[in-house]
Amino acid sequence: MDGLLDLFSFDDYGALLWLVRNSILAGAVLGLVGGLVGVMVMQRDLAFAVHGISELSFAGAAAALLIGADVVTGSIVGSVLAALVIGAFGARARDRNSIVGVLMPAGLGLGILFLALYPGRSANKFSLLTGQIIAIDDPGVLRLVIVSLVVLVALLLVWRPLTFLSLDPESAVARGVPARALSIGFLLLLGLITAVSVQIVGALLVLALLVTPAAAALRVATSPLVVALLASAFGLVSAVGGILLAIAGSLPISPFITTISFLIYLVCRVVGGVRGTVVRKEVLA
Amino acid sequence: MSAVSADPPALRIRGAALSFGDRVLWSGLDLDIAPGELVAVLGPNGSGKTSLLRAILGIQPLDTGAIEVAGMPVHRGRSRVGYVPQQRALPRDLALRARDLVRFGVSGTRFGLPLPSARDRAQVDDLLARVGATRYGGMPVGRLSGGEQQRLRIAQALAGDPRLLLLDEPLLSLDLQHQRGLADLLAAERATGDTGILVVTHDVNPLLGLVDRVLYLAGGGFRVGSPDEVLRSEVLTELYGTPVDVFRSHGRLVVVGAPDAHHHVEEGA
Repeated sequence: MDGLLDLFSFDDYGALLWLVRNSILAGAVLGLVGGLVGVMVMQRDLAFAVHGISELSFAGAAAALLIGADVVTGSIVGSVLAALVIGAFGARARDRNSIVGVLMPAGLGLGILFLALYPGRSANKFSLLTGQIIAIDDPGVLRLVIVSLVVLVALLLVWRPLTFLSLDPESAVARGVPARALSIGFLLLLGLITAVSVQIVGALLVLALLVTPAAAALRVATSPLVVALLASAFGLVSAVGGILLAIAGSLPISPFITTISFLIYLVCRVVGGVRGTVVRKEVLA
Repeated sequence: MSAVSADPPALRIRGAALSFGDRVLWSGLDLDIAPGELVAVLGPNGSGKTSLLRAILGIQPLDTGAIEVAGMPVHRGRSRVGYVPQQRALPRDLALRARDLVRFGVSGTRFGLPLPSARDRAQVDDLLARVGATRYGGMPVGRLSGGEQQRLRIAQALAGDPRLLLLDEPLLSLDLQHQRGLADLLAAERATGDTGILVVTHDVNPLLGLVDRVLYLAGGGFRVGSPDEVLRSEVLTELYGTPVDVFRSHGRLVVVGAPDAHHHVEEGA
């Protein structure tokens, strides 16, 4: 027990907070936008694709590290390429899953190869897989915030047709919603936000910010507005809460973020289960 | 065709032909539907009923011919057509309320910031009331019955004040009571006299009192006329090219001996 408590130290916490204020801001924006993107990920059944994109993003970042290029740019290039490939060949869910299944190990393998060839510090290597936002300098953090905000605005602009297309595709197509352009467009946004998430939680844990908060929100709400607000709030609480806890100790951020978002999901499942039973009883009555 | 008016027909099809490979679904197809008229499209599986709907929606290009809705050539998403696709069960836990499904028809195609709008909300309320779905407007759609979901789809299709309503097997897998309820709803919409209605169905009986004319597709040909003119043994025998009997019993029609068309070409995929 003592050992566990030793992991945290709240001396000089205020000073530490000031030091990492930009990371907290980035975490907050990513959590918020990630939660919102997650709603679409769930509605379009893309959770597996997120995982595939994040591994390609990791490969891109590792390649950038190796050739001395900018890591965030490399990460974005990797995930956008993955999003385009999935968009081009994976219109149907079954094709998409097999393409992601093929891309994922290929990307992870390439990434590991690039890291093995990279002569620099090993801490950098590890952080791409498991994330460490504190390691990013301030201009880098600013860029993550800007990319997240671009994704946010673009997503809001296509929100209504994209929801229509995702939940009622036949009617949406008949009414002229541009299905293919929207599908590929959303995958691009997903690629961008995945690249940002990779910097913060790492390639392996991206789903904790892009799937779990939305999955939790969908358990407890059916109104689209409430789902969107809850998913954003859950994402924000997970990301910021994780950073705040992590800087008090010596452990990495990611496990805190994943644990918080997982706990939120558990609570929502229980709440949703109880409420579902109540609704059923009301319907029967 | 009831009232004489200067309005263009709800639907006008001229010389339409469609084939997949060697198989001709229909050719030389002419059909007019007046506002306030209800036409049922009948025929075996694979006879091109759904393809006809897709052509009217502007999704399926014709080989030859032209289709107009309310006097304008059809164009996907721009024609004044309301469409009720063939029913598929919605997942029980789908995060969508009844009114959200209707709202898709009102604002679902709109790009731009999704700000709540009092006008949209009022329109959704009106549509819910029009199909008698106000009571369950706030319920998750996945928890509603097939008949209730179908009412919502019709409400969605009515958004935007269509001149033509297309329904693909609207009564499929509904119990008798819900079939009657929906037939009454269609009768009410027909009575407004604004909208032509085209219903694809494999069973005309639930709609018999309502159908003004029938379009029967079979064997690469077709017949148009009142149910009494078309649904007769001689006519269907000629259309199918094989003996077919139509029996009438207690106001119901039973078609015996009609073979299904071949299935090796998938329709509309």
